[in-house]
Amino acid sequence: MAEARTTTSAHRNGREAETPIESPVPESSGALFTRAWRGLAGAVQRRIPRADLDERDPDYIREQLPLFWLFSSLWFRGEVRGLGNIPDEGPVVLVGNHSGGNMIPDTMVFTVAFSTYFGVERPFYQLAHNLVLSLPGLSWLRKFGTVAASPENARKALSSGAALLVYPGGDYEVHRPSWQSSRVDFGGRKGFLRLAIEQDVPIVPVVAIGGQETALFLSRGERLAHLLALDRVLRLKVLPISISLPWIVNVGDFGHIPLPAKITIETLPAIDLRAEFGPDPDVDEVYDHLIRLMQDALDALAAERRFPVIG
Amino acid sequence: MRLGADRILAAPIEDVWSIVTDPERVLSYMSGITRWEVAGDLRTGLGARYRILFRVGAAEVGGLVEVVEFDQPCNFAWTSVTGLDHRGRWRLREAPGGRTRVEFRLAYVVAGAGLSGWVAERVAAPTVAGHVRRTLQQLDRLVGHEQLRARAARRRPPATRP
Repeated sequence: MAEARTTTSAHRNGREAETPIESPVPESSGALFTRAWRGLAGAVQRRIPRADLDERDPDYIREQLPLFWLFSSLWFRGEVRGLGNIPDEGPVVLVGNHSGGNMIPDTMVFTVAFSTYFGVERPFYQLAHNLVLSLPGLSWLRKFGTVAASPENARKALSSGAALLVYPGGDYEVHRPSWQSSRVDFGGRKGFLRLAIEQDVPIVPVVAIGGQETALFLSRGERLAHLLALDRVLRLKVLPISISLPWIVNVGDFGHIPLPAKITIETLPAIDLRAEFGPDPDVDEVYDHLIRLMQDALDALAAERRFPVIG
Repeated sequence: MRLGADRILAAPIEDVWSIVTDPERVLSYMSGITRWEVAGDLRTGLGARYRILFRVGAAEVGGLVEVVEFDQPCNFAWTSVTGLDHRGRWRLREAPGGRTRVEFRLAYVVAGAGLSGWVAERVAAPTVAGHVRRTLQQLDRLVGHEQLRARAARRRPPATRP
């Protein structure tokens, strides 16, 4: 067990410094609260699985595809365009704008489409928030190729020649208010670009709309998250507040029933960073270019929609 | 799930055969198809491999297929190697009056996926049946055009060189 813990901590992604688990706790009135949070943080850290790329199981994915295809086709009326823009083989970073709260309907629609288009045999990994992977009952995600979001895991996946789906906006973007549905907002996160440049792999923007209509997202609850120290303890910068089924008022979004909003996803042409931005691309310049490209595509998708939810 | 449709086309069997076995022309008549690409060295004939994709619901399904029957000019069948388990078959038979009876069959199975596979198979059936039906209609139209053009070319006097 001790050995297992050592390996787990070795796979933490350099954020331990922000979580002072070992610092002495002053015995004040808030001590119990703080200690409880730290205990939870420790528990979450221990539950984050080691990224073992071999956990991805093509046979399992193949067996699950019909169920996800049913959801994707009947519930979300999913439409995925331009998958031909993704290079047929080799490593690639697929960069998506994230929507739909913690139920991530856009990821499901895209994963089904990708897996049937290229076949379950093509290695395909998705980066997810630590908390997602440590939640009990979600271990099956690992069989789908979901790994904890960290530069090491991403590097590992890309150097194995796999396609890697990243949502730089992550928890920040996925809980944006519903009225900002057609806005790409990565919150200035650029790590994925440094990685793509370092590994010299093309990036393919994946623009999705509809996810933010699966519930009425009201606020990210950033101040609430800060007050409860979630940002330091669980790497959560948000504690979203939404109106969703079946809770009506949903704080924290530990699952809800998504409304059957139509989800449309467009895959844009691949960007070869070195060919377009020179041998030493400037990360900020690439970031601005990418956001502009994705925002334009999202504006076009938004213009196509006549009604919320119905599409 | 096995789906099929048949139709009598006003064209000789050899003409229909040359169209259905030509990988470059599949996209022009097969409904729902988004890719039919030669994979490997063999362009056509027994053992030729194609990468194919059909749009069904929210996804494009298909995979690598291989031609397993190639009896000129009667039977052309393929089976899946990877991807969705399926078989496709063209049955061409001579009909009176220089016409051809064409049957197009698609059989697919969502193997080993339990209840969701069983449901998905049935939910997809109307879409796939529609693709099969429209494929024959579009093939009929294509063959009809070809016959018209061929007849017109025969009526035209041979071009004289200036």
